[in-house]
Amino acid sequence: MKLHLTLTVNGESADALVDPNKTLLEVLREDLQLTGTKHGCELGECGACAVLVDGQPLLSCLMVAHECQGRAVTTVEGLVEDGRLHPLQECFADLGGAQCGYCTPGILITAKALLDREPHPSRELIKEALSGNLCRCTGYQQILDAVEAAAKR
Amino acid sequence: MATPTSVIGKARRRVDARAKVTGQTKFADDVMLPRMVHCRLLRSSVPHAKILRVDTTKAEALDGVHLVLTGEQFPIAYGILPVSHDEHALCRDVVRFVGDPVAAVVARDEATAERAVHLIDVEYEPLRTFASPADSLAYPEPRIHEYGDFGNVHKAVALEFGEVDDAIAKADLVFDDVFFFEGNTHLPLEQHATVATKDPDGKLVVYSSTQTPHYLHRALAKALAMPAAHIRVIATPNGGGFGGKSDPFNHEVVVAYAAMRLDRPVKICLNREEVFYCHRGRHPVLMRFRTGVTNDGRITGLDLQTLLDGGAYGSYGVASTFYTGALQTVTYDIPTYRFRGCRVFTNKPPCGPKRGHGTPQSRFGQEVQLDKIAEKLVIDPADLRLGIVQPPDSLTANFLRVGTIGLADCITKVVERSDWRNKFKKLPLGKGVGLACSSYLSGAGLPINWNDLPHSGVQLKLDRSGGVTVFCGATEIGQGSDDVLVGIVAEILGIDPFDVRAVTGDTDLTPVDLGSYSSRVTLMMGNAAIQATERARDFIAIAVSAKLGVPRERLVFADRRVFDAQDPAKGATFQEAVCMAEARFGTLGTTGSYTPPRSAARFKGGGVGPSPTYSYTAAVVEVDVDPETGWVTVPRVWIAHDIGRALNPTLVRGQVEGGVYMGIGEALMEEQVFRRLPAKLSHALVHKFPSILEYKSPTSLDMPEVITDLIEHPDPAGPFGAKEVGQGPLLPIMPAVANAVYDAVGVRIDSIPVTPEKILRALEAKAAGKPARSGPSSFPDIPWPETLRVTPPWAGGDGRASNDPDRPTNRHVDAGVEARAAKAAWEKSSS
Repeated sequence: MKLHLTLTVNGESADALVDPNKTLLEVLREDLQLTGTKHGCELGECGACAVLVDGQPLLSCLMVAHECQGRAVTTVEGLVEDGRLHPLQECFADLGGAQCGYCTPGILITAKALLDREPHPSRELIKEALSGNLCRCTGYQQILDAVEAAAKR
Repeated sequence: MATPTSVIGKARRRVDARAKVTGQTKFADDVMLPRMVHCRLLRSSVPHAKILRVDTTKAEALDGVHLVLTGEQFPIAYGILPVSHDEHALCRDVVRFVGDPVAAVVARDEATAERAVHLIDVEYEPLRTFASPADSLAYPEPRIHEYGDFGNVHKAVALEFGEVDDAIAKADLVFDDVFFFEGNTHLPLEQHATVATKDPDGKLVVYSSTQTPHYLHRALAKALAMPAAHIRVIATPNGGGFGGKSDPFNHEVVVAYAAMRLDRPVKICLNREEVFYCHRGRHPVLMRFRTGVTNDGRITGLDLQTLLDGGAYGSYGVASTFYTGALQTVTYDIPTYRFRGCRVFTNKPPCGPKRGHGTPQSRFGQEVQLDKIAEKLVIDPADLRLGIVQPPDSLTANFLRVGTIGLADCITKVVERSDWRNKFKKLPLGKGVGLACSSYLSGAGLPINWNDLPHSGVQLKLDRSGGVTVFCGATEIGQGSDDVLVGIVAEILGIDPFDVRAVTGDTDLTPVDLGSYSSRVTLMMGNAAIQATERARDFIAIAVSAKLGVPRERLVFADRRVFDAQDPAKGATFQEAVCMAEARFGTLGTTGSYTPPRSAARFKGGGVGPSPTYSYTAAVVEVDVDPETGWVTVPRVWIAHDIGRALNPTLVRGQVEGGVYMGIGEALMEEQVFRRLPAKLSHALVHKFPSILEYKSPTSLDMPEVITDLIEHPDPAGPFGAKEVGQGPLLPIMPAVANAVYDAVGVRIDSIPVTPEKILRALEAKAAGKPARSGPSSFPDIPWPETLRVTPPWAGGDGRASNDPDRPTNRHVDAGVEARAAKAAWEKSSS
């Protein structure tokens, strides 16, 4: 039996007929073609699959899609507004916050959740907020710089 | 001094940044094609066994299954090195490690494929398993492979440059230390993925997360017995590589075959556990350094032995073995040198190249031993190193040609920036600083498949739109190679990087570049790009000169214009200029290529180590060690890197900091280790923790503050003077951490990683009056082959081995202090 899933994704209503055991990550990538959200570990350790559900950062690989029935999901594709990059995206691009770019969507989403609740976080707070998002390329410094710079915009 | 530039040297947003921050970069698993089906592999559950029977009947009968494959379909062996074609896409007769692929299922979706995989029944006949080099040296039978030097030894090599034993005998002091470096893995966040399809013409197209599309192209042609011209490999941007996506992999061959059979797209995306089995990561290495020194801290001779645990297949292993001994002499003044290296096969996932390829392990040993030497001689470790930096524009004992060397500047810089003189040996108990140095290749001087062909090719297309497209086989793995390519083209043509489109890593469309490994891309692709772009600029300049009546040498390309240097108003827009050239010469296209200079080494094994130029790095690491728990935190790292010239400083800084990060992970926590299950549970040798949960890597909270300095003396071999940065900055971190721990709590941790457990054990030993150290105590006797003797250049050597049967014996000169004097005199006379 497939499940009829109705939710709001990046401000648009979306519906899909999905296997009931599919994760939100799988539905986003495979059924809704939103491949910006990534996977890296299958067990909620790497943070690459982070999305906002009703404004809260959650790991979409650990969420069964039907839990999101009727809820609002924001993915990296939803950060651009009116063709303009989000300040976080601008700063990540300018300051070397993305190298291979694979962890970047999850980190941008997590950082957005941080700035939404704490517009001027200290460097320590940023480090803590991002400690569940692994990046193997940057050594995190340029990511922290980018979040700090975005907070100043 | 660097020439004035408008793009090169400026900190810029990389050209592919927008795609990355909007999630639009298309990684291999993001490729979704109509009618696509999915593949899963059945991997061996036993470490070493004969395959007696594979029954696929039930899997084939499952609804939704399109194809089931076994080793029968893959009779042709392949591998990355021509000397080690020892892999089959699916195992045929023998499995060699837990995780070795045995069968494959292609089905309508992943879940169905996975279900079918579990319906495949395999009968194994267990064979003796080899868990460690000790096992492999002790038991020559059964052989894991039918090839290799002897028994389960894959490769054993012995090289000697000058009279080492004599030189060490004549030294004032001799240091004899054994070190161990545990294996670890790349852990790229993107799991390997491949999509293969048959194009409408009937040819094969493969999208894959590979760092080396050219080598994958070759391997597919061989393994599938297809003409290479009918195969197109597209390297999708890699979500991190670090060396782990440089081999042709089983899954790539399997889905390519399946797509041709089924005539529809086939995808595979490995799960994280499988990525740990693909591995090709850092070799565990046991090493012994016997070094003779004078009382004033100069090296008279170095006798190095290394023993590498290669895992189950050859991979890059022969090169890795030579690399453990290749770069010591490039860093320090070593007048006599003997290197013996041995790689054994074991029943574990194959080891291969990880960032630094074979050199970080022996770099660790050498830099920790130098720390011990400095202490014994009561010389500051920074001063000891400053006294033995290899001179620039020199030839080493093992015939490596060194160009510019910024190492002394690097050391001076980190000493000053870290306030080393006021910290080393002066901090309270539990706090310490450690220093270490390193050097690395800017591209391997020799290709994997020896031939006379260019290592990198670039093509340029310009047309009346004013647009420029640049084509190169180089592969974007996050390091920013597309940005380097576009930046160089834009600089030379005086246009904005945004005006240039890069097409890379596509064997149908782009000229060959050997791949993103050995820190070769910036230098080799960059030089090829300069040649191609200068040729295009010449076409434009000739046409503009004729049209406007301005002498060619007065034309300036800048600000999207081509104009007279003496009368800037007189000129044309770049687009107009291209039109003039197209009208005069017809359709515009240029090419450039790069081949490294010929190496000075003529002995067997001399192919590993040569490079057009070497980068240098020095680092100071500060640690806090809790003597109660052994817990180490690293608050700060100061690092200086000899980059030659930073083409885009934002990217260079990112590589330096990323290298420090990976070094901190290797130094303190990362381990690819195995354990035996109890006999009643199959006695199998299994990966201890093939998951990101338990394979620990540093988070943002573990990462120190990094203070980076770039030392810029443009190197004539590099594009605009640039050297490598992707690998070098990782290398000094592990030894600097170990040296800092010694400064903090007075115990030597001679094995990597430096764990709290080892520190506590060493502190307990120290308290009990035993040697204050944790590490291996001995190096095994290895039946080394006859040593190839190569006379160093200052003793009249010509780069060939004197006991090469093809040539008469060479004379040997006095060793030790005399050899050093001879080296110095020779360097002076030849400079």
